Amino acid sequence: MGFFLQLLIGGLSVGFVYGLSAMGFVMIFKSSSVLNFAHGELLALGGYFFLIFITVLKLPVIFAFIFTLIACFITGILIERIFLRSLIGEKLIFVIMLTVGLAAMFKGLILLIWSGGLYTYPNFLPESMGIYWGVVSIPPVYVATFGIGIFFLILFGLFFKFSSQGIYMRSVADNQRAALSLGVNVRQVFALSWAIAALVAGMSGVILGIINGVNVHDLSALGLKVFPVIILGGLDSIGGAIVGGLIIGLLETFTGGYISPSLRDVVPYIILVFILLIKPYGLFGLKEIERV
Amino acid sequence: MKKIQLHPCGNFNESYSRELTIFSTDFGRIWAVVGVLILLLVPLLPISPYIIYVMNITGIAAISVIGLNLLTGFTGQISLGHGAFFGVGAYAGAILATRLHLPIFITIPAAGLITAGVGMIFGVPSGRLKGLYLTIATLAGQFIIEYVLIHWEFMTKGTMGITLPMPSFAGFTVMGDVPFYYIIFPLLILMTWIAVNLVRTRFGRAWIAIRDNDRAAEGMGIPIFPYKVFAFAVSSFYAGFAGALWAYYMGSITTEPFNLSLSVEYLAMVIIGGMGSISGSIFGAVFITVLNEVLRFMTDSLMNSAIVTHLGLSLAPLREFFYGVAIVLFILFEPRGLAEVWRIVRSNFRLWPFPY
Repeated sequence: MGFFLQLLIGGLSVGFVYGLSAMGFVMIFKSSSVLNFAHGELLALGGYFFLIFITVLKLPVIFAFIFTLIACFITGILIERIFLRSLIGEKLIFVIMLTVGLAAMFKGLILLIWSGGLYTYPNFLPESMGIYWGVVSIPPVYVATFGIGIFFLILFGLFFKFSSQGIYMRSVADNQRAALSLGVNVRQVFALSWAIAALVAGMSGVILGIINGVNVHDLSALGLKVFPVIILGGLDSIGGAIVGGLIIGLLETFTGGYISPSLRDVVPYIILVFILLIKPYGLFGLKEIERV
Repeated sequence: MKKIQLHPCGNFNESYSRELTIFSTDFGRIWAVVGVLILLLVPLLPISPYIIYVMNITGIAAISVIGLNLLTGFTGQISLGHGAFFGVGAYAGAILATRLHLPIFITIPAAGLITAGVGMIFGVPSGRLKGLYLTIATLAGQFIIEYVLIHWEFMTKGTMGITLPMPSFAGFTVMGDVPFYYIIFPLLILMTWIAVNLVRTRFGRAWIAIRDNDRAAEGMGIPIFPYKVFAFAVSSFYAGFAGALWAYYMGSITTEPFNLSLSVEYLAMVIIGGMGSISGSIFGAVFITVLNEVLRFMTDSLMNSAIVTHLGLSLAPLREFFYGVAIVLFILFEPRGLAEVWRIVRSNFRLWPFPY
């Protein structure tokens, strides 16, 4: 029973991080229908920005975190401005391959500067944040993850529901042409969605860095694990990303614990194929109806 | 004697068969023959075996990329699992050669057929999915195949790898770069010929119709699902064929090379070469393979120079960086790839003294 509970808690924590990193991905897809293969590299960038701020510049944790978010925000705007703007309206495969190229570029750049080593942040979370209850123990990192994750989930929920920019973004996602003709600045919306996505990705990168240390190979591999999560949750649903993340995290941990550790990494993809065959639009995704 | 045909000043296709010809002039046909002859004579020149090695791996990559281009460029189904299919072919060839001791001219096509079967399984989701969803499904296929190759130890010996016997052909043992060159290049020409002609048949036209507008194609009475699965089968056949050839050429295989970055590399070759162009696939394979080798050479020589070792920099990631830059630049500035560049150069020559 203790083992089961420990797996349950572990799975939920891992799943929450998956969900958080999938949120940024969904954000881009929702407003510009771009499938971002460079997502893992965006995560890594966030992790490394935080590393610079906290170890090289020796800023206090709060300021380092805020500056990381700002740096990621600017990176997102630059990516959209320089690379993606000229591809609006191009075929899907070009956009996908562009993000694949960007992924290789960023990964090469990061490796060039930091090489493939594992970096850890100095320990700054107070031990008293952790929850210890009988056999169940939740380390402080995961408590912080839950806190930050729920905070941002509510923040983005409110942003999309009530702020004018959020409403513009939803309108563009729904029908780009109609939004344009009603005076929505679509370019600005795209730039903003990339910026927010990079920000969320950077934040998840920092959290992952606190949990496992920063390593570009691990983080970019994690960027691909986003796919099962978003397919399960529905490609265009932010809440779905969290639910999908939790389910995938639990499945992974339980497979690793009870069946075989080597099956752990491939189980999300097996699930992915089945979901695609049975319910391609996921749990909460918008169903596109198309008749021939 | 037949009159030699030259290009008229403009496109005047007066019949359908004229539009479908591969060589519109005798000039092109003659140059194609001359080009093939030059390729066959290259190993006789006094050049280093390294060049022959690079040409061989380029040839193998070209076969595989032609397959991917049939699927992605002609049928419009983006696949991120081509590297895994290449691996399936390599393992199928290796297992047939070591367990059943079959000769090379049976194992290679057989490996292609086995891979085609596997490819058809992963083509089945294309019945319901398209675009992004299909791409993600093939991504899952990549990871699942990789897992099976590593963990089905009874067949694949897992991470130990398989060592292949020297292939023998008509009583001779094939060994070394030059003899392999004479196996790989005739096969490349054969596979190119098959692909070029396949595209002109009813199948090829159906694929192009599905790529351009699947709903319209269905409306015009093309059963899109069987044609998509067939495209997956043909594409995987090419990948498996090339994979088995690669396994023989390398002599021993492990599961390592057949990962996602190989699939991405093949897609990059298709895009840089030119989607929907068979010759473009070959250009793309040449470009990326040569780029890889040049970058490796450059980083190696830079690593050995005194300044860099003094600074303690690691330049190996430069390769990955420039590789990404090449893909990004091609997509931003010439999305139709090298085939389009080649077409522009050719038409400039054709019209040369008079620019109209």
